[in-house]
Amino acid sequence: MHELPQQLANGLILGAMYGLIAIGYTMVYGIVQLINFAHGEIFMVGGFGALTAHLILPAGTGLLLALPLMILGGILAAVAVGVAAERFAYRPLRNAPRLAPLITAIGLSIALQQAIWKWYPDAKKARVFPQFKGDSIEILGATVQRGEIFLLVAAPLCMLALGLFVARTRTGRGMQATAQDPDTARLMGINTDRIIVIAFAIGAAFAAIAAVAHGLKYGQVDFRMGFITGLKAFTAAVLGGIGNIYGAMLGGVVLGVAEALATGYIEEIPGMTQFGGGSWKDVWAFVLLILVLLLRPQGLLGERVADRA
Amino acid sequence: MTTPLLEVENLHVAYGKIEAVKGISFTVQAGQVVTLIGTNGAGKTTTLRTLSGLLTPTAGTIRFDGRPLTGVPAHDIVARGLAHSPEGRHIFPRLTIAENLQLGAFLRKDTAGITQDIRRAYDLFPILGERAGQKAGTLSGGEQQMLAMGRALMSRPKLLMLDEPSMGLSPIMMQKIMDTIAELKAAGTTILLVEQNAQAALTLADQGHVMEIGKIVLSGTGADLLHDESVRKAYLGED
Repeated sequence: MHELPQQLANGLILGAMYGLIAIGYTMVYGIVQLINFAHGEIFMVGGFGALTAHLILPAGTGLLLALPLMILGGILAAVAVGVAAERFAYRPLRNAPRLAPLITAIGLSIALQQAIWKWYPDAKKARVFPQFKGDSIEILGATVQRGEIFLLVAAPLCMLALGLFVARTRTGRGMQATAQDPDTARLMGINTDRIIVIAFAIGAAFAAIAAVAHGLKYGQVDFRMGFITGLKAFTAAVLGGIGNIYGAMLGGVVLGVAEALATGYIEEIPGMTQFGGGSWKDVWAFVLLILVLLLRPQGLLGERVADRA
Repeated sequence: MTTPLLEVENLHVAYGKIEAVKGISFTVQAGQVVTLIGTNGAGKTTTLRTLSGLLTPTAGTIRFDGRPLTGVPAHDIVARGLAHSPEGRHIFPRLTIAENLQLGAFLRKDTAGITQDIRRAYDLFPILGERAGQKAGTLSGGEQQMLAMGRALMSRPKLLMLDEPSMGLSPIMMQKIMDTIAELKAAGTTILLVEQNAQAALTLADQGHVMEIGKIVLSGTGADLLHDESVRKAYLGED
C-alpha cells in the first residue's frame, strides 16, 4: 500500500473530486465575494438526487445504463437547491454586511443536512449507493477501482467544457466582466442577476457530478458527506487562488495528492502515539490551508487584488 | 422645439438618509452637448448613475426617447440607447482592449456591424488598435479613458454620458480627450458631460448647468456660463 504510484493515483482521484467541488466555491466567490458554506450540502443533495434516480429506475437496470440518468438526477437536485439558495437566501442579502450572507450560508448548510436526515427515506444512516462490479484495473502500477474511472474521465471533461464556456461564449464573457466589475458590467447591458444564477447552477452541477463519483467510490451516500469534503474543497479553492477556476482544479489535485502522500507516508512516530496514518487523514488538508494562508494568501494561481483602476 | 431626448424632472436621489440630489430638472436635445459642472459632492456623478439605472431615484421622473426610464433595470437602459462611461474609467483590467470593446456591444447581434465599429474606435484612438491584444489593466490612465469612451460608443448610443473624462490626466492627454469629444459632437453625437474642468466643458457645451450640493443653481448656454461672473469666480479660478 505504500508504493508511490498507488499513493499518487489515490491522490489524483481524490483531488479531481475536490477540484470539481471547489469550482463551485470559486465561481460564486469570484462573482459575489461570498463563501457559500452550504456548497458541501449542495454536493450532498446531488448524491441523494442521483440515488433517487437509481431507485426510480426498474430494478436490475445495468449501472452503465443508469449512470447518465443518475447524473441527471443529481444535477437536477443540486441545481434546484443551489439556485433556490441564491434566489431566496443570498440575493436579499446582496448589499448586507458580509457577515450576514456568511452566517446564512452556515445556517443553510445545517438546514439542508437536517432536511435530508429527517425527510429522505432511511437517511438517518448511510444509504447504499450502487457500485460497479468487477475487478479493479491496473494503470501504471496503480490499482484503480472501476468506479474511479468515471471521475478520471468526468473531471477533465467538465474542466474543458467550463474553460471553453467562459472564454468563448457571450455569457462566459459576461461572467468575466461581472467578476471584475459588476456595476460596469451592468452598464454594458449584462444582466448580472442572471450571471450570478448561472454561476451557482454550474457550481451545483459540478458538485453533483463529484457526488456521483463519491458515491461510486465509497458505495454510500449520507447526510453528513458534504461537511468535511466541502471544507476540503473550499481549502482546495483557497489553495489554488479563490476566484480562479483553473486554480480550483489545481488546488484540488495538489490537496488530494498531499493528503494521500501524508496519510501514506507519515506513520506513527516512535514515542508519539496516534500520530499520522489514516486517522490523521483529515488533518493534512487543514494544515495545508493554514500554511497557504500564512505563506501565499492569494493562492497558487491567484492574483493580488489591486488591479482595479 | 421638438421633444427632448432626455427629460429629467424634479429628480431626488438619496444614499440611505443622506440626499445627494435634491430635485433637479434639465433636458438634453438630440444633437446637443450638455454639461453638468460643480465641485466634488455636488451630485453630478449620482445624477449620471441614476440615469443609467445603477441607482434608484427616491422621487422625480426621467423620460428618455419618449418613454419613462424610472424603474427600468440598468441592463435594459443600455438597450434603450443610453451609454455611460463611468467616473474612474472602470475598464475591465484583466480583459484585452478588443474584449473590452466587444463587451461594449454586448447586446448587439450584428457581428459585421460590431467589427466595423471596433475599427472605428481604433480610428478614433489609434493607440487602442496598436494594443488590441493587450490587457486593459496595463494601459495608462489616458489610454484607459480612451478605451472607456470607445467602449461606451460600441452600443451605438443615442445619448453618451461621460463622467469626468479628464480626471487625473496630464494636460496633453486632457486636451486629446476634449478634442475627441469635440469630434464626436461635430459628428452629431448627443452627449451629457460631467466635468470638473469647467473651462473645457463649457467651451464645448451647448447648454450648461451648475450644480451645488444636490441642486442646479445656475443654467445657461455654455458661452453664457463661461462669461458669468460667479461661475468665473467659483469654477474658473479667477478672483
